[in-house]
Amino acid sequence: MDTFVQQLINGLTIGAIYALIALGYTMVYGILRLINFAHGDIYMVGAFAGFFLATQLGFAAGPSLVGLVIVLIGAMVIAALVGMAIERFAYRPIRKYARMTTLITAIGVSLLIENSFVAKLGAAPRAFPQLLQEQSYTLFGNAAISKSQILIFAVSIFLMLLLQWIIFKTKVGTAMRAVSFNLNSAKLMGINTDMIISVTFALGSALAAAGGVLTAQYNPQIDPLMGIITGLKAFVAAVLGGIGNIPGAVLGGLLIGLAETFVVGYGQNVGVPTTFRDAVAFAILILVLLFRPSGLLGSTVQEKV
Amino acid sequence: MKRIAISLLLVTSLLLAIACERKGGPGTSNSTGTIVVGYYGDLSGRTSNFGQSTKEGVLMAADEINKAGGLNGRQVQILSEDDEGRPEKAATVVTKLIDQDKVVALLGEVASGNTLAAAPKAQGAKVPMISPSSTNPAVTQVGDYIFRVCFIDPFQGEVMAKFAANTLKAKKAAIMLDFNSPYSRGLTEFFEAAFTKLGGQIVNKQSYTQGDRDYKGQLTAIRSASPDVIYVPGYYGEVGVIAKQAQQLGIKAPLLGGDGWDATQLWELGGDALNGDFISNHYSVDDPSPAIQKFVADYQGRYSKRPDALAALGYDAMKVLAEGIKKAGSTDGQKLRDAIAQTKDFSGVTGTISLDAQRNAVKPAVVLKLQDKKYIYQETIYPEGMGPQTKAAPAATTEAPSKAGN
Repeated sequence: MDTFVQQLINGLTIGAIYALIALGYTMVYGILRLINFAHGDIYMVGAFAGFFLATQLGFAAGPSLVGLVIVLIGAMVIAALVGMAIERFAYRPIRKYARMTTLITAIGVSLLIENSFVAKLGAAPRAFPQLLQEQSYTLFGNAAISKSQILIFAVSIFLMLLLQWIIFKTKVGTAMRAVSFNLNSAKLMGINTDMIISVTFALGSALAAAGGVLTAQYNPQIDPLMGIITGLKAFVAAVLGGIGNIPGAVLGGLLIGLAETFVVGYGQNVGVPTTFRDAVAFAILILVLLFRPSGLLGSTVQEKV
Repeated sequence: MKRIAISLLLVTSLLLAIACERKGGPGTSNSTGTIVVGYYGDLSGRTSNFGQSTKEGVLMAADEINKAGGLNGRQVQILSEDDEGRPEKAATVVTKLIDQDKVVALLGEVASGNTLAAAPKAQGAKVPMISPSSTNPAVTQVGDYIFRVCFIDPFQGEVMAKFAANTLKAKKAAIMLDFNSPYSRGLTEFFEAAFTKLGGQIVNKQSYTQGDRDYKGQLTAIRSASPDVIYVPGYYGEVGVIAKQAQQLGIKAPLLGGDGWDATQLWELGGDALNGDFISNHYSVDDPSPAIQKFVADYQGRYSKRPDALAALGYDAMKVLAEGIKKAGSTDGQKLRDAIAQTKDFSGVTGTISLDAQRNAVKPAVVLKLQDKKYIYQETIYPEGMGPQTKAAPAATTEAPSKAGN
């Protein structure tokens, strides 16, 4: 029983990170119908921004809660700026062309970010400074939860509620919903759509950066290619939940995290090797798309011509 | 039409220019001038600690040789290439070193997977290659031009199994292996065989792949099998994090590893979670023997840090190669190969090196305990038919295997 609870906690921890990243995919898709493949790399940029903030501001010496807050917010701001810059310089100029053009550009931006980081910093993993005094709390039996896991749950729940508030209770949020409903009509209603798209990228990127810093606390190893697989799985999570749907992204993230962990934990008992972990995420995606093409919470929208 | 003809002409002449430029590269003069030796390793990838350390050892040895008057009156030059820790890149850079730079011999790699990719190129071109530290048995089976100056995994896996069963008195072991690495799979196989032969039991086996970040799923499954020891034959990049997550899960059983753990970066990633773990390695930096202490002092003077085993093996590989060139009196591939194959009782930093018929070095291994960023010598384990079977160090632990203070 305690092993099961432990696996549940492990799965929810990575699931929460996937959910944070999936939100960015889903928001951008909701507004632009664009799969922003560079989003996984924003997660990496966030982790590196946190790394350099922590080392440059002198927080690397020892655990400090103030340092953690500053690093977390700083990384989110930097990633938001990077996300806005990518939108401004890579996606906006080609927005009027076919959707495929933007998609391919997104893949190009992703490769550009990854490889410039490898060229500048090397692909070797770096140790992320520990800003949180790591400690484990026993729940019962052997089941334990560590401080960094609690941090992941607390911060991601807070950020998701904050996002929900922004989208449903603020003017910007209302505008975002209007743009996602119909970009051209929103423009006719006097909404500054360019600004709203920028804000969407900033919000999504900040959430991904938070995911990056939180992962780096939980698992103090960062490298320039860390966003590839994680980003891909977050994308799967967004599609699984129903791309464009915000609660769906959270649900999808948690499901993928749990599925992965349970494959590792119990797969061997039923003859599924642990190395199938990554394959399972994608198998789930295929199954869901076969039976519910719009995802678990997605609504079927008639394509308007 | 005219346009096409002109551009074709331009492209052809450009290609010709590139092809001719490197003809007569640095290594062509076969009897005079410098002796060009190729080094390839991971200088910027996930295992760059390995490649850097080895390169430093190789360069230090080459400088010592040159200061002492070179080999047969010729100076040695090391040409270094970065393979980014990727097998396909290793094959490419080795082809370049052989075809363009005309190196007389090759030194590298550390990770067996990369050496295995590059070795067929060296074998095909009949350029002797000495791997400083690839321990997978398949490496030298590629052909008779491939050598190594370290022990092999059947022995290394057995060393840890013996240490676990005999010294730590472990009965139940779990294994956590890097599924895509020939090094890790080889060690797993040999550890498993030796440990079960000694009466132990493998209670759980989990795998991960290089670059994974979360190991808690596997570690939780291992924890529920409550093993006495956990064998993690991986590379430092992943192992450091595994140790940390094991600590977070409250796993008290010590982790056991191999030479792939030995890198300064291990401590940055794992920190005090590594305390109380054990690894098998090629030499102990704290060994009081004068040869080792002279090497450690020289290396520290040159690079201001303590040498890891890979630096020492890089140094030894270069020295063994130099000995071969001296003996052969030539840098001809065939003659050099024969001379290296005859290496016997060569006293290196990492022990006395004799190459057997399979071109592997037969050497003892040491077991080290990890404690506060230090490797504390535990015992030396000799291969069958060499030296005492096990020589327990005075400080060897005999208490029940459990990480103190964790």
